[in-house]
Amino acid sequence: MLKMNLSHFEAAILFALLTSAVLGVVTKRTDRERMRYGLQCFGYFVAALFGLSWLMYLGHG
Amino acid sequence: MAETQVISAEPRPPAGKWIPAVALAWLIPGGGHFLLGRPGRGGVLFGSVALMFLLGLMMRGAMFQPQSGDILTTVIYVGGFIGDLASGIFYLLSVWLGYSQADVAGHVHDYGTKFLVGAGLLNVLAMVDAFEIATRRKD
Repeated sequence: MLKMNLSHFEAAILFALLTSAVLGVVTKRTDRERMRYGLQCFGYFVAALFGLSWLMYLGHG
Repeated sequence: MAETQVISAEPRPPAGKWIPAVALAWLIPGGGHFLLGRPGRGGVLFGSVALMFLLGLMMRGAMFQPQSGDILTTVIYVGGFIGDLASGIFYLLSVWLGYSQADVAGHVHDYGTKFLVGAGLLNVLAMVDAFEIATRRKD
């Protein structure tokens, strides 16, 4: 089987993308709301990813 | 004088209505939605869970085996095992086909382990959604 070597960033983005898709599908009632919520979740994931990355970088000293 | 408020519980839906959908949703991610006539949403759920599980395998993630000991060990290993098992056919196939990866150090393996559990947890969300659709709590 193929073996993948992803960076932290790539793995976290893939996780965010797939999780946002599922959260969008199972949460809202119309397709428009689902798409909007999925994109919103993805945006929050990415914002948290960058925020925590900077926090760890700055906290490391 | 204090008033007593009676809250009537929602009647429990008949098991025959939701068990087939939820069981199929566990075995084949998105399958419950296909059974209930929601192929578009079923397809997205199947694709997302399948891709996350496949990425977990390709990153050589480890499968959890239930272990007991102190409370933290029990929660992590039993919880992880349930998370892995929730992927349904993907978990069963990978075990039957002999996938076995030791828990080794490294961020890629670690992400792989989390992706395998994450796929199962996403499927739990899909199962709950299938239950709500089957019992007409949701479209």
